Amino acid sequence: MKTAAETEKQRWERETLAPALRQSPERAGSFTTISGRAIERLYTAGDLAGLDPARDLSDPGQFPYTRGIHASGYRGRLWTMRQFAGFGTPEETNRRYKALLRAGGTGLSVAFDLPTLMGRDPDDELALGEVGKCGVSVTSLADMETLFDGISLGDITTSMTINSPAAMIFAMYLVVAEKQGIRWDVLSGTIQNDILKEFIAQKEYIFPPHPSMRIITDIFAFCSKEAPRWNTISVSGYHIREAGATALQELAFTLADGLEYVQFGVDAGLDVDDFVPRMSFFFNAHSDFFEEIAKYRAARTLWAEEVRGRFGARDERSWKLRFHSQTAGVSLTAQQPYNNVVRTTLQALSAVLGGTNSLHTNSLDEALALPTEDAATLALRTQQILAYESGVPEIVDPLGGSYFVERLTKDLEEEARAYFARIDAMGGMVEAIERGFPQKEVAESAYRFQREVERKEKIIVGVNDFAQEDEPPIDILYIDETASDRQLARLETLKRTRDHARVDRSLDALRVAAGTRDNLMPHILEAVRAYATLGEMCDALREVWGEYEEVPVI
Amino acid sequence: MRKLRVVIAKPGLDGHDRGAKVIARALRDAGMEVIYTGLRQTPQQIVSAALQEDADVVGLSILSGAHNHIVPRLMELLKEQGLDDVLVVIGGIIPDVDVPKLKAIGVKAIFPPGTPIQDIIEFINSHARTRVA
Repeated sequence: MKTAAETEKQRWERETLAPALRQSPERAGSFTTISGRAIERLYTAGDLAGLDPARDLSDPGQFPYTRGIHASGYRGRLWTMRQFAGFGTPEETNRRYKALLRAGGTGLSVAFDLPTLMGRDPDDELALGEVGKCGVSVTSLADMETLFDGISLGDITTSMTINSPAAMIFAMYLVVAEKQGIRWDVLSGTIQNDILKEFIAQKEYIFPPHPSMRIITDIFAFCSKEAPRWNTISVSGYHIREAGATALQELAFTLADGLEYVQFGVDAGLDVDDFVPRMSFFFNAHSDFFEEIAKYRAARTLWAEEVRGRFGARDERSWKLRFHSQTAGVSLTAQQPYNNVVRTTLQALSAVLGGTNSLHTNSLDEALALPTEDAATLALRTQQILAYESGVPEIVDPLGGSYFVERLTKDLEEEARAYFARIDAMGGMVEAIERGFPQKEVAESAYRFQREVERKEKIIVGVNDFAQEDEPPIDILYIDETASDRQLARLETLKRTRDHARVDRSLDALRVAAGTRDNLMPHILEAVRAYATLGEMCDALREVWGEYEEVPVI
Repeated sequence: MRKLRVVIAKPGLDGHDRGAKVIARALRDAGMEVIYTGLRQTPQQIVSAALQEDADVVGLSILSGAHNHIVPRLMELLKEQGLDDVLVVIGGIIPDVDVPKLKAIGVKAIFPPGTPIQDIIEFINSHARTRVA
């Protein structure tokens, strides 16, 4: 019987749904996203009660940018198709970059090998077996010159995934530009430079948190004067998600990291509007379609509100969250690898519907190895089909107003704020990391998901269901040991031919500066010009600051 | 009989420890005694841990492609320490062409991405024997 308080939805449930469920019950008692978030069967206007569209859902290009930072969406400019690549020696990677640019790629993205990421030269004992394996080996300015040989740095934008040694690698890029006769103030690109997510998730840290944060604020200060078009940081949720975080945790921890960088910049005496406009973000494009779209929309909203509210930013460029996204490497399967093309397409579509500013699509073979050139080309074609055939980019925020997407966006915002409050109560993200808080949260989520897969509560096609015996192997890229030999030989030549006195002087100056409050960038630039190696520069700082070691939590 | 003692180690420079940590926890939940070494362990450090912890099993997590250097060194050191009866298994990304070489030097199993954890638990239970301390 209909009562006065019965809503439209309740009436539908009683009159239409209940008989239908008696006829054919649902597939499960409850439904959740890949992150374990409970999802209702139907969202209606009633789910948006309390949401005032005029206040909470401003137009595209307007604060707080839930519907996007550009008024005309992708109708003006499509997202940047930026494919992450790097392997072996600088010569080999240089050839791959030229091929990507010929294929219509619109930006480069450098993947470095592990010794480079960890600030160790190829002749370091710890580099054994790792040189050129997961990315390109860059040891000194000489390698950077080879990496960009024949590519004018004034004509491209370059993203470099480098964190602990970001200042040194960026300095090498600046000096290559200098040698090409290109002014720093026209250079455009991004360094990842996000140490907090390294402590949380990817664990490629060198120095303890506080000196690590100081390098970052030095870069902020240096770039605001010398390289004003450069994105000084790419605050990354990608790796946090890959390590097992839920969509909410990715959102909350990434933005909390971003707010911590702003705080440190302000504490270092910078004006918020001098450096925040050059901060950018990097999110994962995972498999749960709508949850991802809501995550990007929530991220923009939260950033705009927090940066204005907490720090009093007045420049609208500070409020606008710009982000790169990459499809979820962790979702790729070694089994039936061609299925990965389909996964990647859906993930890329969610990033585009969420308003990504640039995108990397993974290759089908990446659960097995670094991608072959054919696989990398197919991944780029996936983006081009989305951009030029699907019709999706012709409408700004086409899912805006969807009961479900708007509800989910609001829920994620509110829940992220609750995480911010917990992190603030600990004294900020650096303190939270020192307590192991985000690390534990992520490990917990990773384990929960794995258990769901084991129990087949979450299905991975071709892995825990629809498996296939006797799959034919696919061709993969095999990185042999010759890259390591060639890099060792190059390093030996370099060390024989450079000006030793100049190298020593520059490293001494860097060591001294590390103990003062001087901006380190000019000292690093001088060491780079002298062809000091990455390992030597990092060692100079290790001597002053020591190395970070984490207490593992399982 | 005492519980199986498992050292889970992450050699090399790579910091991607999701797999190592999930496995460590799952083996512990399956009733094994698990010691997780943490990151960036040299073969020498892993063998020392195996010795000190009186390990029955050493599980290596390797994703970076450095296995052809790390694993032979580790197997050699285990032998030198008289630990050749310790069950050595690897989880991670190992190209097919490298599998026979690793098996030939004594690695008993390689678990690629997507391996059900239950399979790993069963393999360890049926192949490891508790060492006599």
